[in-house]
Amino acid sequence: MGKSPTTKDDAQALFQSLRSAYSATPTNLKIIDLYVVFAVFTALVQVVYMAIVGSFPFNSFLSGVLSCVGTAVLAVCLRIQVNKENKEFKDLPPERAFADFVLCNLVLHLVIMNFLG
Amino acid sequence: MARSLGFIIVLLAVTSICDAVAIFHPISESHRSAALELFSPAAGSFSGLEEAYEALRTFEVLGIEKPDTKDHTCNSVVDTLSSSSSNLKDLYHSLRVNGLLKCKTSKEALTGTVSRLKGGVKEATTLLDYYYSVGGLLLVKDQSSEVDVLLGNADGILRSIKALSQSDGRWRYSSNNPASSTYAAGVALETLSGVISLAASAIDENLIGTLKNDIVKLFDSIEKYDDGAYYFDDKVIDASGHQGPLSATSAVVRGLTTFASTSGTLNVLYTIPEEKILGLARFFLGVGVPGNSKDLVSVPLILSLPATVLSLTSNDKLKVRVNTVLGSIAPPLSVKLMQVFSSGSKDAPVLKEELKFDPKEAIHTMDALPEGVDIGEYVFAFEIVLSDPEDKRKYATGGRTKVPIHVTGVVGVDNAKLTLLEGDSVESEKKLNLPGKNDVALSANHLQKLHLSFLLTTPLGKPFKPHQALFKLRHETGVEHIFVVGNSGKQFKIALDFLGLVEKFFYLSGQYDIELIVGDAAMENSFLQPLGYVELDLPKVPEKATRPPSQAVDPYLRYGPKAEINHIFRVPEKRPPQEVSFAFLGLVFVPFLVFLIGLLRLGVNLKNFPTSTVPATFAILFHGGIAAVLLLYVFFWLKLDLFTTLKALGVIGIFLMFVGHSTLSHIASVSVKVKSA
Repeated sequence: MGKSPTTKDDAQALFQSLRSAYSATPTNLKIIDLYVVFAVFTALVQVVYMAIVGSFPFNSFLSGVLSCVGTAVLAVCLRIQVNKENKEFKDLPPERAFADFVLCNLVLHLVIMNFLG
Repeated sequence: MARSLGFIIVLLAVTSICDAVAIFHPISESHRSAALELFSPAAGSFSGLEEAYEALRTFEVLGIEKPDTKDHTCNSVVDTLSSSSSNLKDLYHSLRVNGLLKCKTSKEALTGTVSRLKGGVKEATTLLDYYYSVGGLLLVKDQSSEVDVLLGNADGILRSIKALSQSDGRWRYSSNNPASSTYAAGVALETLSGVISLAASAIDENLIGTLKNDIVKLFDSIEKYDDGAYYFDDKVIDASGHQGPLSATSAVVRGLTTFASTSGTLNVLYTIPEEKILGLARFFLGVGVPGNSKDLVSVPLILSLPATVLSLTSNDKLKVRVNTVLGSIAPPLSVKLMQVFSSGSKDAPVLKEELKFDPKEAIHTMDALPEGVDIGEYVFAFEIVLSDPEDKRKYATGGRTKVPIHVTGVVGVDNAKLTLLEGDSVESEKKLNLPGKNDVALSANHLQKLHLSFLLTTPLGKPFKPHQALFKLRHETGVEHIFVVGNSGKQFKIALDFLGLVEKFFYLSGQYDIELIVGDAAMENSFLQPLGYVELDLPKVPEKATRPPSQAVDPYLRYGPKAEINHIFRVPEKRPPQEVSFAFLGLVFVPFLVFLIGLLRLGVNLKNFPTSTVPATFAILFHGGIAAVLLLYVFFWLKLDLFTTLKALGVIGIFLMFVGHSTLSHIASVSVKVKSA
């Protein structure tokens, strides 16, 4: 009994520290995070739909989910490149990263659209 | 033309001799309409005098009202008669038309015609020359009594025509044409009779005597159809085309009758066998030509039986009906059954049994069949005896008429039994009720024998041998074995020794259905009956034994309708109810909403959006370009194909690259400035 409040407190403390640490993140990275979350949840909605109804137009399902997942992955890539703390991409301007992101998205969605049926 | 010629020739042949006495005219409306169709004058006139004659004569015979062509036809008749250039044939035909139409012809024209015809007779070299000129003279004689048409040198003309005759009774058309023709014989006889009736002095009797011989010889070449119709055929093809049997026969009949009537030698006709005259009548009637019974010298009497199948069991009476050929009632006569031939035999005793006449129904009946007539096939020979000897000249009875008769009856089947023997001792015996229902159930092994025996007797108690007496065993699998039941006298017997039959039965043990077939055309109670079954226990199949043949495929199955092909279409996938799909569509927008709300809470702004005109335009164009690409994708999804999409994408992509580059480099430069500042 005595253990659980400690755990709870620990967890609370952990979340607290996480939140405070995250609040320090620049806004543009938060936007990308939000975008990733949005894409992942959209994909989840589709997976749930498939689980309930069945996978009949399987290509449509695949393209829908992959569109979301792909976008999320690309957004993560963007985030990595935009993050100033990543020294690796120090010389890469964020505008260039954004241009890559847009181009990759367009190519991805061309394939997705072709696959949508 | 050839068709109409045949039609008219036959019509004339059978009606011209004695039009006045008309007893029976089986002329129907169809004949009239056919004639009208055949002879329809074009533009009010016929194409020639020959056709005009054929048409007018046909209309007259058939009783059709003549189309109004008299004026036109008469004009051409008068023209032909008065013209000095018209040939013998034209003259002949115009005189024939004149005979029908009675045109106004001057005496001078007729005199001129006669002198030309007489000249034609003198100079004639061919048979047809004689025919046309003599025929023309005869016609003038009928039409005008004022002109002298008599021939001085009749004997000489007769001899020169006779010179064209052949030894077989046929004639040639001309002396330099060796082919002889039957049609020409008819024409010659008609011409000769014309010469005889035109002769100024008496004719040499010897000459007529030789002509009679020719006629008899001509009848030797008569031909016969299977149905008893006699006809003359002509193989010669002359200028007027092939003369078929119809025209040849009618020419001979016409020539013969005119010759017989003019030469005063009617008795020549009685030298011709009666059956040939009957056969000729049959020929003309068979062709469907309306005729007059008087044309045939004597009216044929036809004997017919309403039924040629008689049942002994139901005591059917033998009935005979006698009519004239044309269906009218026969004169008083009696019918005698002369002989009864059983099938195959050529000899039979003469019976001379007279049939009773029933005047009410006009049927001759015989109450009981002659003695000894049992079931089977017979040929009955009848003879017609005319009561009045005077009738013998008028009617032809055709001699003895043979009619095939089938006598049927119920055949007695007695003492039928099925026995199962083991060695010589009787294992079991079943009496059979034949024909009737039987339900035999036997079981046997290969050491036993099966015996079947029965007696067949005719109603008269004689042994009867049917066409078929078969014993059939059929195994469950459909394998059949058929055995012929042999007989000795009345007794029919078959013994099956299973030991010897084991191989034939393919060692197939099991149930065999038994069937017995006894059948004959004369047997009224023919039967095919299942008798029951026998359960056979045969030894096991040795290795080398032949296999039973596979059963023949039922032809109905092989060639019959095939099973219907049911096409299997792809079953549409199960789709969720629309509500579920719409709900999830809404759900998809929830994360987007959350995203938007999140953006608002993060305090996103568009501060970095360029404010000066040129970069702002580029920035708007950049976003517009992205939107355009996405819109293009939507169109690609909805209706465009990949190639169109890629082309458009190329264009938009280059534009987007340019705009994007300028926008982003502008932003980059601004941020660099900010940093450096």
